[in-house]
Parts: sequence; C-alpha cells; structure tokens
Amino acid sequence: MHPAASVILFTTASGIGYGILALAPLLVTYGVLPDDNRWLGASLMLPALALVTIGLLSSTFHLGHPERAWRAISQWKSSWLSREGVMAIISYVPALTYSYAWVVLGSVDGPWVWAGFATALTALATLFTTGMIYRSLKPIPAWATNWTVASYLSLGLLTGLAVLVSVSTGFGLHPIRFQTLAVILVLAAAIAKNRYWARLHKAWEQHAQNTGAALASPGNTVRSVEWPHTEANYVLKEMGYRVARKHADSLRAVARNLLLVVPAAVLCVMPSILPLPYLIWMIFPGTLLTLAGVAIERWLFFAEAKHVVTLYYGVE
Amino acid sequence: MTCLPEKTTRKLGLVIDLDTCVGCQACVTNCKEWNTGGHMAPLTDTNPYGAGADGVWFNRVHSYEVTTPEGNSQSLHFPRSCLHCEDAACVTVCPTGASYKRISDGIVLVDEDKCIGCKLCSWACPYGAREYDVFEGVMKKCTLCVDRIYNENLDEEDRVPACVLTCPTGARHYGDLGDPQSDVSRLVRKRNGQDLMPEMGYRPTNKYLPQREKIANTATGQTTALAPLEDTSGASGLLGWVDRMLEQMD
Repeated sequence: MHPAASVILFTTASGIGYGILALAPLLVTYGVLPDDNRWLGASLMLPALALVTIGLLSSTFHLGHPERAWRAISQWKSSWLSREGVMAIISYVPALTYSYAWVVLGSVDGPWVWAGFATALTALATLFTTGMIYRSLKPIPAWATNWTVASYLSLGLLTGLAVLVSVSTGFGLHPIRFQTLAVILVLAAAIAKNRYWARLHKAWEQHAQNTGAALASPGNTVRSVEWPHTEANYVLKEMGYRVARKHADSLRAVARNLLLVVPAAVLCVMPSILPLPYLIWMIFPGTLLTLAGVAIERWLFFAEAKHVVTLYYGVE
Repeated sequence: MTCLPEKTTRKLGLVIDLDTCVGCQACVTNCKEWNTGGHMAPLTDTNPYGAGADGVWFNRVHSYEVTTPEGNSQSLHFPRSCLHCEDAACVTVCPTGASYKRISDGIVLVDEDKCIGCKLCSWACPYGAREYDVFEGVMKKCTLCVDRIYNENLDEEDRVPACVLTCPTGARHYGDLGDPQSDVSRLVRKRNGQDLMPEMGYRPTNKYLPQREKIANTATGQTTALAPLEDTSGASGLLGWVDRMLEQMD
C-alpha cells in the first residue's frame, strides 16, 4: 500500500496525543502525577490536544475534497472511518473540560475526576477506531488481524507515555514512578508488533494460493503475460507499492530497536540505576528515538502490506 | 446510507465467458467511450498522448498464459471490472454516504457530490474496480451503464451495458442474476460460473465462466490442437517410396 505522508503523520501524531490523553488523567487520579501543578497540566494537555488536532487536520490533506470532510462523520453505522471521525470529535469535550479544570482552575478533584475518566475512555476508543479502519480491510491480509488494533493501541499509549515521562522529568519528577506502566506498555507493544509481523507473510501466502480459482482449473498454473495498461495506473500506484519490501527486514530491525529496545532501556531499566540529572539526558533523546521508531513502523505498516488486487498483475 | 440493503429486488450484473473472450479490448474502449460522456463523466486522462499516460477506466483486460500439469498451454483473457457485490465493503467503509448499493437493481454507485476522495473504498475492493479521478478529486467506478440500460431514448436492443453491446465474440452477457430463470442464471448453471476470489466473502453478482476443457486427441490423449508428426517407419508401397526419397533430400 502507498505510504501517504499525511496518513503517517496523522496516525503517529494522533497516536501520541491520544496516548497522553488516555494516560495523564488516570495517572493524576491514581496519584502518580501531582494534581496541584497547573503548569505540568498545561505542558501535558495542550501538546496532546495540539497533536490530535494536527493529526486530524493532516488526515484531511490527502482528500480530494477537504471542504466536504464534515460529511465523513455521517456514516458511523457502517464505516470505521466515520466512527473514528465521530470519536475524535466527541473526545474533545471531556479532554477540553479536564484541561480547563487542571490548567485554569488548578484542581481536578471531585466531579472533574469523571471528566478525566471520560477523557481516557474516549482517547482509547479513538485509537481503537483507527486500528479498526485497517483491521476491517479484508483485501489487505497483513492488516486483517486483531494484532493491527493491538498495535495501534499499544504504540499510541507507549509513545504517549514516552512524551509524558519526558515532560514530567523536565518538571523534576523522577521517572521511576512510571516504571511499572512502562514495562507493561513496552511488553504489550512488543507482543502486538511481533505477532503482527510473524503472521504477515503467511497471511499473504494463504490468499495468493486461493486466488485464481475462477481463472483456471486447479492444478493449472497461471502466468501474467500482459497487463491491461503499459504505464502505471491508479490501482498500481495506490495498492502496488513495492519500494519498501527490498529493505523490509532491515527496517523492521531498526523499528524494533527504536520502538521497543530504546524505551525498554530508558523508561524501564535506567530509572532504577541512574540519578535524575543523568536520566534527563537519557530520556529526552530516548523519547525522540522512540518517536522516530514509530514513524518508521507506520511507514512499514503501509509499505509492507500487499493488496490482493496485485495478484491479478502477477505479483507473488 | 452506506449500510447495505438486506435484499435487492433484482441483481443486475454481467456474466463473462473466459472461454470465448479473445482479449481484443473492444469492451474496454467502448466502456471509456460511453462513460466519459455518461453518469460518471468525464473519465479524465493524464498525459494521454505522452509518456506516463494514465487515466480513469472502468474495465481492464488482463492476459495470462495457463499451463496444464501435462505442459500444454493456452492463453486466457480476463476482463476485470466492478462485480456489484452483495457484500460490497466499498460501500460500507464509505464515511460520507457517497457510495451506495441500489435496492431496486443492486447496482453499486458513487454520488460524486458527496465523495470526499478519501480512497478508502478503493482499498476495500479486492478487484481493483474503483479508480480515483485526480482532476475531479472523487472516486469513479463502473455504473453497469445505468444511463443505457434504462434509457428510453435508445432502441430496446441497445439498452445493455456498452461493454456487452460491443463484444465481438459474445463473451459478455448482461441480465438479472437474482432471477433463477433468466438467461444469465441458466448460463451460469450450465457452464459452472464462478465467483472471483470467493474467499473474500464479498458475494459478487458478476460471474465468470471458466474455460472449457480442451478435447483430447484420440490418438495421443494430449489436449493439444495439432496432432504430432506421423510415424512413417512402417510405410510401404508408393507412399513409402516417396517418404524414403524425401527423407534423403531433408
């Protein structure tokens, strides 16, 4: 599949944003983050809201008719893309309410706790709908698995946590307090992504064998000798993207290291052994590397995924 | 709404005979010709006469070489277009309601005034039937010539899709596949018509008739059209003498 820059930017930026929105209110409610520092609140909630907004806007850049984008929230009964749009808009209500309480009022006690739960729930639901858009596409066997949804959820939360830890470390909070959560999220992301990659090739082989039943009797081999067009067309440009596969293994290794090994080191191990001043110098670059990792992972997510229509063109 | 109808009154579609299709591209050409002035007009082209020519087409014909386990081969031409599926995911994924399946006849169409050009429908189609128009910013697709089949300005025999009308070998058939007594339904039963990529579960309306088994040569058991060169080793008489003389000249 063609890895459109706007879609990569959208899914990574909004993933980080919803990750922060899902985690920050819960961490405040359960006392991991202090609730009396409105500047900390502003430094977490405002970038998160900015990231989801940038993501949402960038997802309209690749539309043929961005001015009609409002129509996209109408078909939530059948379309996961529409559901994502609806959830993205709904999630602003509790997120803005909670941000107002934390940043402007300086208190998130009492009824505001419920706004915090609603913020976390709608942020998770939006991440879930993003994953479901891809998971529901049967012609792309690589994506048609629950591991796709698990990857979007766990990577959104993990990148959100990395940014959240960076910001709170900047406020002088020791990152050891996030250690358990970091271990859980790194493990979740590692399992989801490794399971996703493990079945990718097999899922394609299965379809490649099934297809062609109508074209020739079983036992016969079918070889493509002439395409319907001599130049590339829309179908091939959009769904026949081939550049990445040559380097897929190396890129996977890079993504694995940046996305899983780096956060495992800086978020899970180093807080136990390094004092705070040194940790700051590890966590900031570590977070940047993790975000670079998720961008590579997202690029691979598209570039590695083959569409069954390419079988008609003789792609194996 | 992009929810699919539970049942359509009719299931209009095509039956395409892979045995008689010769890959002449006439259906492709007439499809473009009619539809660039039809319901989804225009079917735009980028650089139509230069390098990198590209454009919107609703019908594409692939050519293959099919080889049997015995090593015999034959050509196979495969026209690929919208199959107007019963479980058309291109419709259900549409976020705006631009894609829809008609209850009256099952035709899948795009309302170009609602399409935002997100291209998700083209990802959801296993058959590559939808093509994006870069000039108009909307998705386009086969309409089953909805502007021909109900067109009272045309003579009745011309009220069929352009591709069917133009096919010189009669490989394309049009009709109601929801009516078991229709000509197309009988043809599908008689020739063991197949779904394309049935494992996708889209339940396409259009059917493909597989190539017929080639008749085996009685002497050799091979399904090749030409008999091998005769064995003349035991020939006698005049023909045997001619054979021996000619062999000396070879």
